[in-house]
Amino acid sequence: MKTISKDSLDKIIGYLKYKGYKVIGPSVRDGAIIYDEISCIEDLPAGWGDEQEAGHYRLRKRNDGALFGYAAGPQSWKKFLFPGKLKLWEAEKNSKGFEITPANGQFPKYAFIGVRSCELHAVFIQDKVFNNGMFSDTYYNKIRKNIFIAAVNCAEAGKTCFCVSMKTGPKAEEGYDIALTEIINQDEHYFVVDEGTPKGSELMEQIESLTSTEEQLAAADDALKNAESNMGRTLETDGIKSLLYKNHANTVWDQIAKRCLSCANCTMVCPTCFCSNVEDVTDLSGDHTERWRTWDSCFNLDYSKVAGGNFRTSIKARYRQWMTHKLASWIDQFGISGCVGCGRCITWCPVGIDITKEVSNIRKSLKN
Amino acid sequence: MANKKPKFAVFKMSSCDGCQLSLLDAEDELLELLGGIELAYFPEASSRMLKGPYDIGLVEGSITTPRNVEEIRQIRKECKILITIGACATAGGIQALRNWKDVKEFTKIVYASPEYISTLNRSLPVSSYVHVDFELRGCPINKYQLIEVLKAFLNHRKPNIATRSVCVDCKLKGNVCVMVARSTPCLGPVTQGGCNALCPSYDRGCFGCYGPMDSTNTSSLAAEFREMGETNYEIMNVFRSYNAYAEPFRKESEANEK
Repeated sequence: MKTISKDSLDKIIGYLKYKGYKVIGPSVRDGAIIYDEISCIEDLPAGWGDEQEAGHYRLRKRNDGALFGYAAGPQSWKKFLFPGKLKLWEAEKNSKGFEITPANGQFPKYAFIGVRSCELHAVFIQDKVFNNGMFSDTYYNKIRKNIFIAAVNCAEAGKTCFCVSMKTGPKAEEGYDIALTEIINQDEHYFVVDEGTPKGSELMEQIESLTSTEEQLAAADDALKNAESNMGRTLETDGIKSLLYKNHANTVWDQIAKRCLSCANCTMVCPTCFCSNVEDVTDLSGDHTERWRTWDSCFNLDYSKVAGGNFRTSIKARYRQWMTHKLASWIDQFGISGCVGCGRCITWCPVGIDITKEVSNIRKSLKN
Repeated sequence: MANKKPKFAVFKMSSCDGCQLSLLDAEDELLELLGGIELAYFPEASSRMLKGPYDIGLVEGSITTPRNVEEIRQIRKECKILITIGACATAGGIQALRNWKDVKEFTKIVYASPEYISTLNRSLPVSSYVHVDFELRGCPINKYQLIEVLKAFLNHRKPNIATRSVCVDCKLKGNVCVMVARSTPCLGPVTQGGCNALCPSYDRGCFGCYGPMDSTNTSSLAAEFREMGETNYEIMNVFRSYNAYAEPFRKESEANEK
């Protein structure tokens, strides 16, 4: 383990830029911490934290100048690996028929700064979706194999976080090039750095660092323990698959359906939801056609429309489908839960529906 | 015959002309569009007015007078494909606010000689009177959506017009939710997208210009507004605007009337 000063992080960003990476990190915008291109340490949300509850998010000022003192925000890294709108190919009519040109000659080389452990797990889950032996998504995989990941361990947990329940955090265990733990004491502000790959070590050779002291390692451990013991939410996962499969007729679904807006916000902010729609667009002459992929959602009526109509016309059926897929049938499909416990679906639901509470409501209903 | 350019017409019922202007506003696409069609009837744009039948007819405006009723029936007979554009034509428009009041009272107050006024009690969408092949929402409509609909019909394909919430547009744009992060009441979760989330992109709540989305839960959203401190009267007014008479919005505004 190495220790670097706060300012060395700026050198890391600079080095990654020099190496041709498009560096993406957290920034404050429109009253939230979002992910966007950054060029230096000044772009990071220094001294900003957040306050989260079901259907509620506010930035709050911190008094310690922490660069990563916030919990997961409205956006996830999914927007770079699996863009909301992507042109797949275009076709031009010619004398012989038509000619297809792939649209994505450009595959940006990203460096992600500030990836939380739950978010790393979300990437692992999307890896299984977009590269699973049966199907391989070209765009996702071309970008994925070249990303540089600088993970950041959580020193605090948000009020809607439950990564401990999902066994996805708060410590980043694997899949990163470097992992940082931010430590702020009375007169010190530094990072303890773990190198996860040769790529990460190569970067760290360029950065001034010291071998971490016992005290510094203990401080990093304490930070993680603080996050671990302060999770805002818990989700009881024991037997969750059979719980949801056996309770498809539970009245809890009717209660949720009274509140659920079917607006699709939960699926848009979820770092693992991967549904998309593919549309062909022609120009007026019909000589030029483009195929576009856009994010879609199981909450949208058009999404499950087949010949004859939609077989999940009620909001109840669509919410049940989403939650049962996320927490149960995902395990059958991909061998892993679809939920990483980041809490985004809870915070960003306009009416504050809480997935952890609904699971416990189903459990409670069985005891009564 | 197969290569003949389709005859295109634009008609107006009771409306402000804004949606027709969206077509003229599509400056970059207009010349290309005019190359692919025969502009047979569009009084707003040309004094050359050819008789029907027409291949595609666009209709703006709601049906509010007995004359509108006669006209729309004739227009339907003359158009192979009839597309209605805008909140007036698809939901009755802002003038549907009269539907909750006594129109005769209004005419007495407003006009010196109300006996000359011939009007219907209610402002209704075109689809209340004739079959409509496609309804394009919005107050006003979005010109890119209009061009998409025309491209689709000219190429005999389904228009790519989503019927889901404004929230999806916000998320695709990377907007931070104004309800969650600012406690601003927003109709986005019950309103059909299509405006590219115009108001939330400027930190305002959605006004519902595109009318109810395909699957609404207005009572849950109204309950949330109440939680945020809105009165029943305010909630009634929020749902009672450009798409006031679209059924889910009408019912929700009536539920909050008292």
